[in-house]
Amino acid sequence: MAIAAQRKIPFVGTPDTNPETRPFFDAAAQGKLVLPRCKDTGKFIWFPRGISPFTLGEVEWAEVSGKGKVYTYSVMERANPPYCIAYVELAEGPKMMTNIVDIDFKDVKIGMDVKLKFIQTENDGPSMPFFTPA
Amino acid sequence: MSLRGAGYIVGAWEHPTRKATDKSVTLLHAECAKGALDDAGLTKDDVDAYFCAGDAPGLGPMSMIDYMGLKVRHMDSTDVGGSSYQVAVGHAMQAIATGRANVCLITLAGRPRSEGMATGTAPRAGNPAQAEMQFEYPYGPATANMYAMCAMRHMHEYGTTSEQLAWIKVAASHHAQHNPHAMLRDVVTVEDVVNSPMVASPLHRLDCCVISDGGGALIVTRPEIARSLNRPRVKVIGVGESAKNPSAGDVDLVYSAARFSGPPAWEMSGIKPTDIKYASIYDSFTITVLMQLEDLGFCAKGEGGKFVMDGNLISGVGKLPFNTDGGGLCSNHPANRGGITKIIEAVRQLRGEAHPAVQVPNCDLAIAHGTGGSLGTRHVGSTVILERE
Repeated sequence: MAIAAQRKIPFVGTPDTNPETRPFFDAAAQGKLVLPRCKDTGKFIWFPRGISPFTLGEVEWAEVSGKGKVYTYSVMERANPPYCIAYVELAEGPKMMTNIVDIDFKDVKIGMDVKLKFIQTENDGPSMPFFTPA
Repeated sequence: MSLRGAGYIVGAWEHPTRKATDKSVTLLHAECAKGALDDAGLTKDDVDAYFCAGDAPGLGPMSMIDYMGLKVRHMDSTDVGGSSYQVAVGHAMQAIATGRANVCLITLAGRPRSEGMATGTAPRAGNPAQAEMQFEYPYGPATANMYAMCAMRHMHEYGTTSEQLAWIKVAASHHAQHNPHAMLRDVVTVEDVVNSPMVASPLHRLDCCVISDGGGALIVTRPEIARSLNRPRVKVIGVGESAKNPSAGDVDLVYSAARFSGPPAWEMSGIKPTDIKYASIYDSFTITVLMQLEDLGFCAKGEGGKFVMDGNLISGVGKLPFNTDGGGLCSNHPANRGGITKIIEAVRQLRGEAHPAVQVPNCDLAIAHGTGGSLGTRHVGSTVILERE
């Protein structure tokens, strides 16, 4: 197997659908991963939201390193082209859903180090964070 | 106040169709209602409470109440996917116990097969106001790859193998051969499963449930009514419901919501897993069964692979006969929601009305557990424990 063609990335709604998540999309457009962090506990939150699910208190937005490890993954062989969905555990703590890209999927392993790569979604949609081998 | 014994399942009926090209979803619901009422020896006019979920067309329960000509004083359309029907049994118990209902009708129906739905492999775009949608849909979360990520992690942490998962399908196929309505009636081997095409690694085609049309219905009544009917009495002695999700990033995919829905159901019932003679376990995928068996306490966490091997789930062979109708893996997964058929087969077993080849002798205690939503993200687990009186 070689590296599969990159599928088109869909997106539903716009970055204004949930307006309080704007900081995520604005940062993504600049190639940065910015996530909400609970002001009470200091814990980063995935998926982005405007209130802390830990305390229902306020969040602040902060950039993370973009370094992580594959927690789990699955290659959707039935799709054309196939793609590799995964949860990546960020160095800062939370595990986020993503795809592992730019790799022969048979080389993906749980625990492997990965780094950020932003890909723009189709129809001039926002950029979203993906991961490649570190 | 304990709900133990507050309600009895007096009617249970599964639609025989697996492909309903000539029938609407509403008609299938109504036929299931009629089937369950006939089974109980009751009529439509006896029903005073109606329960349905998201498979029922219309706004909540309103359209189906209209379509079937019901007059109800209590209704509930809690939609938690395939686990909705175990939840409905619990909610029916509450309604009966608090004097809000005497005869509760629960229906499910759908026709994803006729509609050509790619249930497991096509990601479904939802309402972007559902806040997780914008942060998950771009990554292609279908059903199969969500459950597959659980299987991949379970294999990593506990050494579970594809061959062990395959045993679950093998057991289901041994049961389905006796069910004339089952979609897949051929007995399969471990080799057949692991050599079937990969859908979403590590899950193969035969690790996945069928896509079928059909439906089912249940009637739950208060004890006095159950005693007045000429049917074996199936008493509900334990119920539990709970949600699990990615917890804002604290993702742990090796267990399911059954870890939380099981304990209150066991406590209410006063029995323990080793007392169970028959288990209906939600089987959207083989991994679903394995994780729920662990989480319900049938074996220790991580031991599910060893537990299901060597025919341990096959009726007449193993220690825990499961899904003796063939389950979702081989028989039926109507409306992409298998919760109600789990309860129906448990009722058949407790009444002694399962197929003779798979009937568990002296079956007096059974469990029917449902999972709705996605094991890889957010889902609800719901547990019902039943006793033949």
